[in-house]
Amino acid sequence: MRFPLLAATGLCLALASCTSQTTDNDDATTITVSAAASLTDAFTEIGADFTEANPKIEVRFNFAGSSSLAEQINAGAPVDVFAAASTISMDRARDYLTEPTLFASNSLAIAVPPGNPAGIASLADLQDPNVTLLVCAVQVPCGSATEALLERNGLEVTPSSLEPDVRAVLTKVVADEADAGIVYRTDTAAAGDQVEQITIPDEVNVINRYPIAATQTGPPAAGAFVDFVLSASGQRILKSWGFGTP
Amino acid sequence: MSKATTRTTTPAPRLLIALAMLALAFLLLPLIGLLLETPWTQLPALLTSTTATEALRLSIVTSLLAAAVATILGVPLAWVLARKEFTGQRLVRGIVLLPLVLPPVVGGVTLLTAFGRRGLVGQYLYDWFGIQLPFSTAGVVMAEAFVAMPFLVITVEGALRNIDTRYEQAARTLGASPRTVLFRITLPMISASLLAGIVLAWARALGEFGATITFAGNFPGVTQTLPLAVYSALEVSRDEAIALSLVLLAVSLTVLVSLRGRFLGSRS
Repeated sequence: MRFPLLAATGLCLALASCTSQTTDNDDATTITVSAAASLTDAFTEIGADFTEANPKIEVRFNFAGSSSLAEQINAGAPVDVFAAASTISMDRARDYLTEPTLFASNSLAIAVPPGNPAGIASLADLQDPNVTLLVCAVQVPCGSATEALLERNGLEVTPSSLEPDVRAVLTKVVADEADAGIVYRTDTAAAGDQVEQITIPDEVNVINRYPIAATQTGPPAAGAFVDFVLSASGQRILKSWGFGTP
Repeated sequence: MSKATTRTTTPAPRLLIALAMLALAFLLLPLIGLLLETPWTQLPALLTSTTATEALRLSIVTSLLAAAVATILGVPLAWVLARKEFTGQRLVRGIVLLPLVLPPVVGGVTLLTAFGRRGLVGQYLYDWFGIQLPFSTAGVVMAEAFVAMPFLVITVEGALRNIDTRYEQAARTLGASPRTVLFRITLPMISASLLAGIVLAWARALGEFGATITFAGNFPGVTQTLPLAVYSALEVSRDEAIALSLVLLAVSLTVLVSLRGRFLGSRS
């Protein structure tokens, strides 16, 4: 009984790969955009608008921590556009990219579960060892920004976990598994009323700038996508998700 | 022995040999790739870093504990599945095997829904006793035991079904208590399979990544096991990631090779 099932699965897979190949004619192209996890919502919306404006170009997204994405590009992943959450991450894959352009900025905020169970009011409260605090691993942009933030404010904290990307921090705060998480301002905006945001004042905050670039092997459609992100419509969507101007 | 005769009397079809070689190459090439990319000169420095030593220590401790948990809970479960008839047995077996097919990340999510501090059981642990399993070393052991236990249950259950139950019956007739029969007859008879099951469970626990990072998080010295350290290192330094992978590989291979005889031997 197991073998027919396996065979059927194999057949389906084979068929699926065939059909996806045959739809590629008629000038339709699919571009792959690797984008920082923090861009998940904004870029999904931008992608939909872009395809609406350019019906023949389909956009596939690959959202993850910027450093992983850079590493994937270095390892030869078939990526056409790379949007990173920091210039440092982008520079890591610089050999494969065209000239990057800054397209947005972001700053940090403290996310707490609804009701703020640990009563966090400011950055200083995160130093309490009883607070279950999540931050991004220092290897990803939100983590290095967090480190800069803590350093700038002279804070000593002991996080419970160094998460692989900013959305992992947010998810666990939403699930109320942590008392607080340091995330991007845009992430608390995206989570709506599932989290509460404790604002970090601009004068003590850290600003991250986001670069975008087509890869050197990317088709013209990749350049069109980059242009769309930089266009007024792209910028309006980014603004609506809480991003600042570059 | 009969084993030797069966080996010589069956001529192997050429296609079979060719496919076997292909299979071996498929498994071997990534390892060779890893060895070729290993920064041998920097290896000592990379492997004595705090991250590496802490992760190795944590991995060994938690994987052994997870194997112990899987054994203590898994053997009784395997016994019940092999020896008792009850309604819903097939469903129970399916549930037991589920972690084998579940993506480990999903396993981690399900653990959160049960043992997270807002989880089914976890909320009481947290509210009444202040126990928080996520982000703790205990959480790592749980995540590892969750994915590893099916390997033990499957192996031990199979062994229990295959042994000749007349020895157990004889012992009972001679007045041995069920407990004595279990410890003096049953377990010794399946010892080879039991060991194989424990080693499989341990190996699975050692390599566990998805459930651990989802349920227990990633913090050096507390929950950052070797696979998590490899993942974190990969974000910045390929060399460090490769060096850490090498350690994981060396530990696993040593154990698996030294126990290989036990896997294959004394089956019939």
